[in-house]
Amino acid sequence: MPMDLCLGGKATYDIPSNLPCRRTTVGAVDWHRGAEMLQAAGGRLLTLWGADDRDRDGRFRIYAAFLVKEGVAVFEHEMESQSKPTYPSLAEIFPCALHMERAVHDLLGIASMEPDHRGWLRHGGWPQTVFPLRRDFDGSQQFPIDSQPYAFVQVEGDGVHEIAVGPVHAGTIEPGHFRFSVVGEKVLRLEERLGYTHKGVAKRFEGMQQKEGHRLAARLSGDSAVAFSWAYCAALEAITHTTCPPRAANLRALALEHERLANHLGDLGALGNDAGFAFGLTQFSRMKEDLLRVNASAFGARYLFDFVEPGGVVVDLPENASRSLLDHYLVLEEGVSSLCAIYDNHPGLQDRFRDAGVLNQELAEKLGAIGLAGRASGVSIDLRVDYPYPPYDRLNPKLVIQSTGDVGARVQVRFDEIFESLRLCRMLLEDSASGPIRTDCPFGVPGRLGLGLIEAWRGPVVIAIESGPDGSIRRCHAHDPSWQNWPLLEYAILGNIVPDFPLINKSFNLSYSGHDG
Amino acid sequence: MRAISFVRQFVEAALAIAIAPLFTGWIAQCRAWLQNRSAPPLLQPYRMLRKLFLKDVALATGASALFRATPYVLFGTMVLAAAIIPSIVTDLPLARVADSIALVGLFATARVFLSLAAMDIGTAFGTLGARREMMIGFLAEPALLMVLFNAFLLYGSTSLPSLVDGYRAHLSVIDPSVIFAALAFVMVALAENARIPIDNPSTHLELTMIHEAMLLEYSARHLALVEWASSLKLFNYACIGFALFLPWGIATHGADGAGALLIAIAALIGKLTIAGAALALIESLSAKLRIFRAPEYLAMAFLLAVLGLLVHLLVGA
Repeated sequence: MPMDLCLGGKATYDIPSNLPCRRTTVGAVDWHRGAEMLQAAGGRLLTLWGADDRDRDGRFRIYAAFLVKEGVAVFEHEMESQSKPTYPSLAEIFPCALHMERAVHDLLGIASMEPDHRGWLRHGGWPQTVFPLRRDFDGSQQFPIDSQPYAFVQVEGDGVHEIAVGPVHAGTIEPGHFRFSVVGEKVLRLEERLGYTHKGVAKRFEGMQQKEGHRLAARLSGDSAVAFSWAYCAALEAITHTTCPPRAANLRALALEHERLANHLGDLGALGNDAGFAFGLTQFSRMKEDLLRVNASAFGARYLFDFVEPGGVVVDLPENASRSLLDHYLVLEEGVSSLCAIYDNHPGLQDRFRDAGVLNQELAEKLGAIGLAGRASGVSIDLRVDYPYPPYDRLNPKLVIQSTGDVGARVQVRFDEIFESLRLCRMLLEDSASGPIRTDCPFGVPGRLGLGLIEAWRGPVVIAIESGPDGSIRRCHAHDPSWQNWPLLEYAILGNIVPDFPLINKSFNLSYSGHDG
Repeated sequence: MRAISFVRQFVEAALAIAIAPLFTGWIAQCRAWLQNRSAPPLLQPYRMLRKLFLKDVALATGASALFRATPYVLFGTMVLAAAIIPSIVTDLPLARVADSIALVGLFATARVFLSLAAMDIGTAFGTLGARREMMIGFLAEPALLMVLFNAFLLYGSTSLPSLVDGYRAHLSVIDPSVIFAALAFVMVALAENARIPIDNPSTHLELTMIHEAMLLEYSARHLALVEWASSLKLFNYACIGFALFLPWGIATHGADGAGALLIAIAALIGKLTIAGAALALIESLSAKLRIFRAPEYLAMAFLLAVLGLLVHLLVGA
């Protein structure tokens, strides 16, 4: 494997995962050089996380997971120093690493050698000398809020002024701050500030029972509940050598595609509404609501929380459900087709969608775009297609891709994915796999690292679990693709006008909660 | 000038104040139906006003007297405008003081006050909205004046009541220029009243707002007055449109007894019903334009109005 080659013959080990996954322990030089080589070979940064192992061997560790042609490569780097642990930054190779490195610094006090150490998740909720994800930190501690001004990059020049938007918005949406530097209506620069919804999920995972963690994972970003709980279960099942029964895998995929459908329907309606076309919103909202009701009757939950559990799924479909689901798909497909025609033929909407918020392929590749937003810019990456984990290995999912990278492309990808998801759902229902829907999932051996990767509607979600003693979790890192894609927005808006921002932002529709953790 | 004229004048203004929110409510209802939603009650705008009047004002730090005075100025100018637009009668004593060019000036006064008040607070959104409003305003005004000039050429007066009376006198004249002027007027009215395709009155996206962005800091009775003034403005534009292009039913000078007045009110309500439904239809069918398309849109309105003038001159010659 090239992952072996690029590390100068260093030994690699398999990591339990639902994708082919190898791990290498690297020194500081190889950490940087290896990442460079992976990047040159077309690899992408999936996630970056740190761990405090001082109680075990006196070390801090930093991990980076990359998506390469053969699967996932994980680098593990140990830091000798307990007082000032540092490691080489990957940000110049993978720009999206910058925010992740700043988050690791806020939570663990492991600093990359990149000079930007402004707090990313730390907004003054805890002192700068306290690191909540260290093992000796007591999660129940409280600190007075000590909010410091945040040094936004200033743009200077004749007629340049700043518009500060958020974190509280006029609509009922999640909090995030956007600092625009504009001339007239034209945006010269956008700087995002996130972290307002940091809940300390990673800390909460510590010590939790392995059999319970999927519930917390599902709640990291509510619109990707199935994806996160499945990724968690995939990681845990890989650690414990449990095989999910085929029937359960089918049901998980069915739920995941339903989640994708519901989110795409909601987004398409909201995109119409943000362009002033309220008709689209009401029609798509109705279809989304119908789908959620179908979810409630078929899976027992509208938003599919806690449907996936370690070892399988909670309930099987009720009798005759597949008949009514197939009927519903027909109605849904017809409705979406006719609305797709309306969107396509509406000159006003097309004028707003086309050439707005363009992210070209070259820039998207460079910034490490993944998931839906990446595919709209011609970045061909979809875990279901590239590394078909069960049951996708039997479904032959098609890659949906657009090349223009504008709002219109992100709309079109959503439309096409709805039709593709409906095709997958039909195949899953026709698949006659029967049998048990869950199997027993034993405790994981302490100290084992496992990865779960699932293509959620927004992009790949990653969960890395390290098992602790007696069926507990030692460390669990949950990663939402919004980490990679938030920075894209800062580039997609450049040269556009301020009133187009909400539409462009909606076309990405990234998660605040999933990102802030 | 008889006292009864002043009574009519009073009735007309009071009627405008009373039913302007109803017109807004009707449009909201039609929009909801056209979008397959269940509609809010027709009287929802009144409930909204009541709620706002009962609340305590939250004033931004550093708000000046201008900010506090603006809602009253807005409401006042719109009521005054309603008083000089012949919506049900043409025998309006106040209308003799101000012709339709002064009317355009009245709308401009309101705009200037609201824009200044929005900038007074010093928030980014207020200034953003004010800037955009001025851009729309200075493009829409000439187009509106051109529309009015069309009517002046036809009937030889700049006073709206005399226009309506004049129309009655020349009932047989059907001038093709009217069609151009009417189209231009509808386009200007949509832009001036912050409707789709220029602005979206129901948006919550602060970065896209024009009119709403200027109101973000207003609350309670101030907001109520500003909202009411917005309703009145829309009502006024509708009545200008009726006076210029659909003057049937308006009680003209000399024929304005109680019976004629009742007929005029009935005709007005009928026309508002149709106009509201038509406005909702336009809004439901179109998407919002990119803001830099607004100049093209308003230039189009201006062009149509000029074409109307040319057609009139060519045909009339």
